[in-house]
Amino acid sequence: MAEINGSGSRRETLLSEEAELEDLIRELFESQKLAVLGTQNQGQPYANLVAFAPSDDLKSLYFVTARATRKYANIEADARVTVLIDNRSNQDSDFSQAAAVTATGTAQEVVNSERDAVLSIYLAKHPMLKDFVQSPSCALLQIEVETYYLVRRFQNVMELHVK
Amino acid sequence: MELVLTLEQIDSDNRENVGGKSFALATMVKNGMKVPEALCLTVEAYHRYLETTGLGARILMEFNRKDFAEVRWEEIWDAALRIRNLFTNTPMPSDLRTSLQSVLESKLSGESVVVRSSAPGEDSLHASFAGLHESYVNVQGVDAILEHIRLVWASLWSDRALLYRQELGLDVEKSSMAVVVQRLISGDRSGVAFGKNPNAPHQAVIESVYGLNQGLVDGSIEPDRWLLDRQSGKIISHFPADRVKEVVAGPNSTRVQTLSAAQQAHPPLSEDEVSRVFRLALQAEEVFGSPQDVEWTFVGDDLYVLQSRPITSVRAEQEQDSRAWYFTLRRSFENLRRLRSRVEDELIPEMEMEAKAFAQRDLSTLADSDLARELASRQQAHDRWKDIYWSEFIPLAHGIRLFGQVYNDAVRPSDPYEFMDLLGATEMVSLERNRRLENMAAMIRGDANLSHRLRNLHYPEPDHPFSVALEDFIDKFGDLSCSEELCTQGGDAIVRLLLEMASRPAAEERFRSGDIEALVENFFSRFEGEKRKDMEELLDLGRASYRLRDDDNIYFGMIQNQLRLALEESKARLAHRGNVQVDGLDPMEVINALNDLDYVPKRVTVTQADEINFEVRPRQLVGQPASPGVVRASARVIDSPSNLFEFKAGEILVCDAVDPNMTFVVPLAAGIVERRGGMLIHGAIIAREYGLPCVTGVPNAASLIHTGDELTVDGYLGIVVKHS
Repeated sequence: MAEINGSGSRRETLLSEEAELEDLIRELFESQKLAVLGTQNQGQPYANLVAFAPSDDLKSLYFVTARATRKYANIEADARVTVLIDNRSNQDSDFSQAAAVTATGTAQEVVNSERDAVLSIYLAKHPMLKDFVQSPSCALLQIEVETYYLVRRFQNVMELHVK
Repeated sequence: MELVLTLEQIDSDNRENVGGKSFALATMVKNGMKVPEALCLTVEAYHRYLETTGLGARILMEFNRKDFAEVRWEEIWDAALRIRNLFTNTPMPSDLRTSLQSVLESKLSGESVVVRSSAPGEDSLHASFAGLHESYVNVQGVDAILEHIRLVWASLWSDRALLYRQELGLDVEKSSMAVVVQRLISGDRSGVAFGKNPNAPHQAVIESVYGLNQGLVDGSIEPDRWLLDRQSGKIISHFPADRVKEVVAGPNSTRVQTLSAAQQAHPPLSEDEVSRVFRLALQAEEVFGSPQDVEWTFVGDDLYVLQSRPITSVRAEQEQDSRAWYFTLRRSFENLRRLRSRVEDELIPEMEMEAKAFAQRDLSTLADSDLARELASRQQAHDRWKDIYWSEFIPLAHGIRLFGQVYNDAVRPSDPYEFMDLLGATEMVSLERNRRLENMAAMIRGDANLSHRLRNLHYPEPDHPFSVALEDFIDKFGDLSCSEELCTQGGDAIVRLLLEMASRPAAEERFRSGDIEALVENFFSRFEGEKRKDMEELLDLGRASYRLRDDDNIYFGMIQNQLRLALEESKARLAHRGNVQVDGLDPMEVINALNDLDYVPKRVTVTQADEINFEVRPRQLVGQPASPGVVRASARVIDSPSNLFEFKAGEILVCDAVDPNMTFVVPLAAGIVERRGGMLIHGAIIAREYGLPCVTGVPNAASLIHTGDELTVDGYLGIVVKHS
């Protein structure tokens, strides 16, 4: 049926969409402890699990790793990384109901002046890792996110680019 | 958990597993009432089927394509159609089949049966689902029974059932269904009894027809009706019916036959028999503890009770929400045939005349107050036709769905929308309009001189064939495709469009008459004799519905345009006054301002959102597959009619809602994306006509996509990819 009055303005739609998607990502991050981290070295991709925590504005993701690890070596060679966080439950319903966020960005070690603030965010989410993160052999890393790719309802994909 | 139970095996422990109807039957058996033998397929059997076949997950995927609140009823209808096809094309897994088969053969071997729904929660005091799910009468043989069990399961997912549950706030994903397979009692007189008249609590009501109950329950056969005093059981009054026909068991189903002269002259029940039925209703009331709505049948002198459920005050409830409307989603053939003649012969001509009368009035000569009156009367006409659109035109579209269902049941095609191809082979006004445009474009294509002159806006002389054709077109369709540009620039806008059309080869409608005939013949070949004749009529009705589905909008578009012209003229005058901001004013405010020089119109204020951290860009948007094919091309977002004339050949048409008044650009388009969803919306219909990939039901399509974006439209999967 033809409608004389169109739906809300383009700008409004995008603003409400942004707020909604941000909320979704925030919820997903709160519900999950682990993320899949993707790194690469000389063209060989490598994936592993890390315990992550987001910054308040969602523009950064933090994780901790021992410096002797392959992922740390890979990041030293190429700081570009990707991260996948999802809420699948290994059921048929995942195809319709699970959501996944892929982030792409650059990883670097958190510098001394910010270390305390970031650690308190990180430990609030993962109190059991207190000893681990304070080990001198571990590094606290920050991923500066460039883009989030949010996948819902099996095939719906939205991109959020950091402004 | 048991998959099948006899009525004797059912007790309160498995109430949830057998559903309300089975439980009531079992209760009546325990209390010595005469109930036809029956088996109950438990909810467990339903779940077993969904799990083993993977159908459960596929249904979930259908429903989670987008937020249920954003789903339009037409999309629900589509989803229901697809789900029904999943059920009809997915046989029972062999272990389930084997266990059902052996019980059915040992208990109901060789019997004709009725296959009925028995959903948990159904027939409770709080929610009556009466008539919501399917029942099949006179099914014979184990194979046919198993097939109809699947159809009853599928009816849990009909659009009607889905919308109804949504209205009641029930979770559709958690719904489940048990099925009763009951021996068919070929009653010679049947009916219903309301132990308590919902409209007069001291009375009981008994209704009766000759033959089976089906005609009474679906409203096609008028019953004799008796009112009784609940206290004394005395008959207060008898309202005889105009007795003409009865429903009886026919081969594999039921059929309607004419009553004998003797039957026509006598009520189906004697006064004694009315009293027996009343006592039956009272007995049921005692067993269940509340007044009952009882279905019963007489075989000779034997009175059977077929089912019993509490009387709900459903009518009062229905008036308060849309549930009653959902019930109109199922229309009988007869009903649709009457509706068709009303729409074709009365409403459409009337609407066309009204629009023409408006078009004859010269708005520019009216005084402000007269213009205000004219605007009000156009608004009124618009609102009235909009109501008619919902109450009569949309229901007529059910001719399409009725045909689709019959076709899918008979042919079982792998593409649940194959039936649309049979319906599409019909003349629509929008196609006629497009053909004329194409003819004019062909004149330009074949005449370099004409093309050159038109590009320089030198129109040929009035008797040139092109001028004649253009004049004729504007005469017939000018009002239909009237956009601001068309109205102010006359033929110029059309000529620009024609030049664009002439710049590329002619778009072809899908000429498939040979294929269509084969499909039609294949469909008809499944029926014989009378049935085949019925099917020819049904196809004709389906085609009329399909055609009107498009045409009604063309005519309604004429009324809308007349309203818009009056609104624009009015706003132009207000803007001229200098003290009024006219953007976004609604017509009521415009009328007030026209009538009163000092009136300050109310405007809707737009709030500014907070600061944002991210820029949102869609990558892959999910809608419904509405016409198959894949194409990658540049987007053209149409958010006002004037954009239509900027349309370039090979672009993808993206809009909020395609209406037929816009579809003249479709022959130029490479694909269509639309926010509104459904298979039967105009964008989808016209896309199928031209064989273009089309995705509908993409939330916020026209906001998230911008003109110039590179898109892939995947009409197989129903997704749109935006490339960066």
